[in-house]
Amino acid sequence: MKVVVVGHGMVGHRFVEALRARDTTDRWEITVLAEESRSAYDRVRLSAFFDGASAQDLTYDLPDGVDLHLGEPALTIDRAARKVTTAHGMYEYDALVLATGSSAFVPPISGVDQAGVFVYRTLDDLEAIRAHAAGREVGAVIGGGLLGLEAANALRLLGLRTHVIEFAPRLMPVQVDEAGGAVLRKYVEDLGVRVHLGAATTAIRPSQSVNATLALTLSDGAHIPADIVVVAAGIRPRDELARTMGLATGARGGVVVDAGCRTDDPAVYAIGECAEIDGRCYGLVAPGYAMAEVVADRLLGGDASFPGADTSTKLKLLGVDVASFGDALRTDLLDVVYLDPASGTYAKLVLSDDAQTLLGGILVGDASSYPALRASVGGPLPASPLALLAGDAPRAALSEDAQICSCNAVTKGQISAAIHEQGCTDVAALKACTRAGTSCGSCVPLLKQLLAEGGVAPSKALCEHFTQSRAELFDIIRVRDIRTFSQLVAEHGTGRGCDICKPTVASILASLHNDYVLDGEQAALQDTNDHFLANIQRNGTYSVIPRIPGGEITPDKLIVIGEVARDFNLYTKITGGQRIDLLGARVEQLPAIWHRLVEAGFESGHAYGKALRTVKSCVGSTWCRYGVQDSVGLAVELELRYRGLRAPHKLKSAVSGCARECAEAKGKDFGIIATDNGWNLYVGGNGGFRPRHADLLASDLTTEQLITLVDRFLMFYIRTADRLQRTSAWIEAMEGGLDYLRAVIVEDSLGIAEELDAMMAHHVGSYVDEWRATINDPERLARFVSFVNAPDTPDPTITFASERGQPVPVVLGVRS
Amino acid sequence: MKWTVVCPYPRLEPERGVAALVDGAQVALFRVYDGEVYALGNLDPISGAAVLSRGIVGSRGEVPTVASPMHKQVFDLRSGECLDQPGVRVPVYSVRVREGLVEVMT
Ligand code: SRM
Ligand SMILES: Cc1cc2nc3c(=O)[nH]c(=O)nc-3n(C[C@H](O)[C@H](O)[C@H](O)COP(=O)(O)OP(=O)(O)OC[C@H]3O[C@@H](n4cnc5c(N)ncnc54)[C@H](O)[C@@H]3O)c2cc1C
Ligand code: SF4
Ligand code: FES
Repeated sequence: MKVVVVGHGMVGHRFVEALRARDTTDRWEITVLAEESRSAYDRVRLSAFFDGASAQDLTYDLPDGVDLHLGEPALTIDRAARKVTTAHGMYEYDALVLATGSSAFVPPISGVDQAGVFVYRTLDDLEAIRAHAAGREVGAVIGGGLLGLEAANALRLLGLRTHVIEFAPRLMPVQVDEAGGAVLRKYVEDLGVRVHLGAATTAIRPSQSVNATLALTLSDGAHIPADIVVVAAGIRPRDELARTMGLATGARGGVVVDAGCRTDDPAVYAIGECAEIDGRCYGLVAPGYAMAEVVADRLLGGDASFPGADTSTKLKLLGVDVASFGDALRTDLLDVVYLDPASGTYAKLVLSDDAQTLLGGILVGDASSYPALRASVGGPLPASPLALLAGDAPRAALSEDAQICSCNAVTKGQISAAIHEQGCTDVAALKACTRAGTSCGSCVPLLKQLLAEGGVAPSKALCEHFTQSRAELFDIIRVRDIRTFSQLVAEHGTGRGCDICKPTVASILASLHNDYVLDGEQAALQDTNDHFLANIQRNGTYSVIPRIPGGEITPDKLIVIGEVARDFNLYTKITGGQRIDLLGARVEQLPAIWHRLVEAGFESGHAYGKALRTVKSCVGSTWCRYGVQDSVGLAVELELRYRGLRAPHKLKSAVSGCARECAEAKGKDFGIIATDNGWNLYVGGNGGFRPRHADLLASDLTTEQLITLVDRFLMFYIRTADRLQRTSAWIEAMEGGLDYLRAVIVEDSLGIAEELDAMMAHHVGSYVDEWRATINDPERLARFVSFVNAPDTPDPTITFASERGQPVPVVLGVRS
Repeated sequence: MKWTVVCPYPRLEPERGVAALVDGAQVALFRVYDGEVYALGNLDPISGAAVLSRGIVGSRGEVPTVASPMHKQVFDLRSGECLDQPGVRVPVYSVRVREGLVEVMT
């Protein structure tokens, strides 16, 4: 059987995906006719195109087995013969799905059809806007709704001074009330966007003025100069095909369909923005997705029907969070309003007369409570209204049919089933199982909450081989004095391990015993980086980073690094951690390179290990006119003390010589800032993926006090953190947080301080440089060969090109 | 088709791999915990680098596996099939141990 889909937008695409996924016996052959010259893309994120995303980034993958015709719009449809005609051919169908979306509504303003006036709907529109905006200065947007504000932000990002003209007396009239609109207006104007309310545009004319090419005339008599005008005054369903086919359309446009998304011709369906269902058209993607699922089900013999739609929205417009949900604009009910002009937040909850049921609401400025509030609509108030608005309500229990993901219509019940019956243990698995969280992403915090509440202890089991967490394994290994992975897995696990548990156990053994990490069975546990004491690179070569404590280095040592790099033809780069990276070394070259480096007094920098990386420093009081303590001296001392310390994740530190903080210590796992009286210690900082500033743990410490606290902090972290959990996440997940941590390591509330001190003393006392230990031992060196039967033959797949005078890898199939 | 001697068996560390060059082909040899030896192509088809021999050896369910050291996709040591990306596989070589020597057929 054949189904022809007209339109490859967001909803048409979802339909194709849904049908392909469910039609396991390939009952339907799918043909898609697309007017646009590109495959379906994420229109909701369209504006990201001006914010760094490429068209490619926004485009969806097409499922296999779909016959897609780009740039080939459907022109006529013969219902009797069940045939669709395009400029290139004719397509027969057993079922026809109209998914033609909407077009931008352009009001009949005089001069609206001239060059320089655009709409904001497709990637082609955005490309044209970008091209026209180049070198221009002023832009105007007609329409102050959702779309208009997005377009205004786009013009701003293109560097234009921007005006927004809205006919209604407030911005976003459909979503927010007057007070919310006022807060929003202030935000928007603070960004430099000029807002004109209560005015219609009556004409657009070429301008004689020197500073703009067009001029807009408003109904209040004002004139606005602009080089570019974007019309965002609303959308109209594209029902022109349906009209010529003689199908019923609604009074305000839209192909009329029943709850099964069927038109008055039983072989023709309409879904998405072009459809009128229950007497209305939806301009949001979630109802369209629901319709797509309904039709996929119907074509396979099901009887699904449209479940109704949630028109809640949450957006970040011009950097402002705005959310509206449920019956946000009803004025005949009880409402609770919270307005804080100082922080620019406005919130309103609409309640039933007895103040027991949440019916809707509006949030401007801070929408962090949106996911939980939206899911509670229609149910009892989960906490007192004020607590809810302040965002610090106790985590409320949601009912089973509360909708968690409105984009994909997923209820709490479905999430629970995925957790308990399908065994989903993390957000990624929930996304794959239920699609929740895959569109706008605003429900992801709720998904995490439900995982935690589901009590499935989502992250506890380390992997399929161990049901214990890393912290539990640490205690088992420590208390039972287990020395090998084999013993551990035999007594406390199953199977033969994997790339998750083996390196974890290797790290625990190293933290506890500080033996040579490649001795005996331990060698087989190490990830390739630890196994070759270097970092693997994309072409299978390795990088070499010698330790340069505190970033301090003598000219002689610098010269050695330069000579080694030159002699082995290594790409050389200053790292972000105040040291030098030599890249492109083949396995069999590593010992010779390190031989030279060790001879010159270098040692391993552990850039490969989950271990201490660098202790960064500023020049401090020795040189700097502001410095109050010797930051370099302390950084060197700390780096030498903790070098080689294996941990659940890498550890970074820094020492600044005064509060100007040139060493960025607050971005480190443990950061130290000099004071007139000593040192302040900060913990739990992080750069990287989710930056976080470190928290002050203790102030005005002597060097000795400081070192004791850092010793305990690190050992407590090593004992109790999860695998690959940086100190920032560890502290955030800790019950009792920083106060608890302070109690444990400063006040010794658990009575373990002595033990932690002893563990660190053992580490410091037993440290041996891994590379020195390796190059002096022929048996250990035997590992560093390219091929077991041709130890000195370089891997023939490794080749280099040259870039800016240095070698760079040529990767198979990536570069030629 | 012929058998080529690659190295003495004890040169294979338990639960680890080594690379060998056999007739110009890069072969990754693995010795698993019960002493069995497997041989796959050394080229990781996903990253394009010849590194599979440097991955971590283990098990998934009953399947003996190696995880690519580059991006951790797991391969079945018996069939060469990638368990994380259906459709991806690496060549499998016949391998045997005779008189203490590891031999690979090419
Ligand atoms: C070489 C270097 C980039 C450079 O050329 O400057 C680098 C390179 C790598 N970084 Fe980094 N990072 C480097 C400084 C940083 C910094 C800056 C710093 O340390 O001040 C950060 C942010 C600070 C932080 O960690 O909080 C940084 C945040 C990361 C992250 C994200 C960590 C996070 O918590 O989100 C990763 C990924 C990870 O570890 O999981 C990462 C991972 C990596 C890895 C190991 C990725 C990999 O597995 O291949 C890179 C390989 C290093 C190598 O030599 O092959 N790198 N990386 C820098 C080495 C510094 C050094 O001397 O050791
Ligand atoms: C800038 C912007 C921001 C948005 N933000 C949000 C948001 O935050 N949340 C939200 O829920 N929604 C948002 N939307 C709306 C959302 O994008 C739409 O609801 C969604 O794209 C509708 O999908 P659709 O498939 O019905 O229509 P479309 O995605 O418009 O696709 C219809 C396709 O059909 C094609 N077509 C039309 N006629 C024919 C023909 N005769 N033959 C072949 N092809 C044809 C069109 O060219 C088009 O490609 C936003 C829209 C825009 C423009
Ligand atoms: S942090 Fe202070 S001492 Fe260090 S370089 Fe900056 S100003 Fe100077
Ligand atoms: S609510 Fe948008 S992805 Fe779930």
